[in-house]
Amino acid sequence: MSEGKDRGGFYDTGWQPAGDVHRDEDGRPHDHPGLQEDVVLGVRASRALAMHELLVEKGVIGGHDVDDAIELWSERVPSNGATLVAKAWVDPEFKARLLEHPKETVVESGFVPEHNADIIVLENTSTVQHMVVCTLCSCYPTALLGPPPDWYKSFSYRSRAVTEPRAVMSEFGLELEEDVEVRVVDSNSELRFLVLPRRPAGTEGWSEERLATLVTRDSMIGVSAPLSPDSVQN
Amino acid sequence: MPELLFSPGDRVLVRDETPPHHHRTPWYVKARRGVVLEFIGMYLDSETRAHGGSGLPELPMYRVEFDQTELWPEYAESPGDKLWVDLYEHWLQRA
Amino acid sequence: MPAVHDRGGWPTDEPIDRQEHEWADWERQTQSLRTVLDQKGMMNVDELRRGIESIDPGEYESTTYFERWSASIEMNLVEKGVLTTEEIDERAAALRDRWGNPG
Repeated sequence: MSEGKDRGGFYDTGWQPAGDVHRDEDGRPHDHPGLQEDVVLGVRASRALAMHELLVEKGVIGGHDVDDAIELWSERVPSNGATLVAKAWVDPEFKARLLEHPKETVVESGFVPEHNADIIVLENTSTVQHMVVCTLCSCYPTALLGPPPDWYKSFSYRSRAVTEPRAVMSEFGLELEEDVEVRVVDSNSELRFLVLPRRPAGTEGWSEERLATLVTRDSMIGVSAPLSPDSVQN
Repeated sequence: MPELLFSPGDRVLVRDETPPHHHRTPWYVKARRGVVLEFIGMYLDSETRAHGGSGLPELPMYRVEFDQTELWPEYAESPGDKLWVDLYEHWLQRA
Repeated sequence: MPAVHDRGGWPTDEPIDRQEHEWADWERQTQSLRTVLDQKGMMNVDELRRGIESIDPGEYESTTYFERWSASIEMNLVEKGVLTTEEIDERAAALRDRWGNPG
């Protein structure tokens, strides 16, 4: 990867970030970030559950509030975004509105944006590929794509997406010509970015519903292309 | 609506500061030059809101485009590649 | 040297691990608890982030995503006087006993 720049002793102190080391209850690093045994309740897990119980007992929150929020989260799935993308592919007026007034269009389409967040839709073309990352945390258009996947929150993606986006896309199976401009968008909490990928060739005459089956979550983050029409069953 | 300090096309330099409070300016754009793409709106000030404040008054935010080669001198993937980040006005200086 | 959360461009060649872990119930609860606290005006996303960014760098590196959320929620609720560290200690210990935790 690119070595980055010389600044503030970041590269010359000998200090190295530990990377994606995750440890299980015995302190052993394990391979999969966030993987936990159901039977073992870690310290932070038990403290989270303790806080929930205490907040309910004190009447700070209602007994069903968290369950209701879990229900709301369960409605946030990548097919929400795929529906919008497929509609934009077949309906030029809808696409223009989605790009011009994204938040209003998302609400009109029946989805509930996150509290305070604005939504921006970035259109990929034959000459421009957008790819979204949040280097500081995990900002993500959850209303349209659900909670971010583990890899989006991983230290390796947050580190590498800004310095070698094409190498990252290549890992996801997308190889771009050098004359395609790659725009990495480092996402801000108040602005959530949804990538509008290019409609695959060979899908002329397809219905919105059928097109939506090609629109993957990763293509709406911008790290890969939609599925090819050959890859789905008729 | 306050008077905006920057317009699309303006060359800007991101302040090279690391205040101890929460802030959303990634380290790698600090002291780097970019171009204002657009004013994107007035937003609550996350730097005070993160510390119990109201976040008021709202502050102007801009989308700023950087050449990847400006951010990472050894960037080798393609010379035309860009990076966008949204920054509060007070992080920007005229370049 | 950038703060531990400010990850853009840190030197690593580690491939992107695309395997998704299976969410534990407590992770779903923690995500939703944060949503509820936000809806009630008790903790906004900036405070969540500030709390995460305040975590000791060693812990930040070694913990999972929602473990960091748990730490931040606790930091905020204790600061605001909604809960005390002691009562969380006590209840968490009871929960760990109830769950038969070997640790």
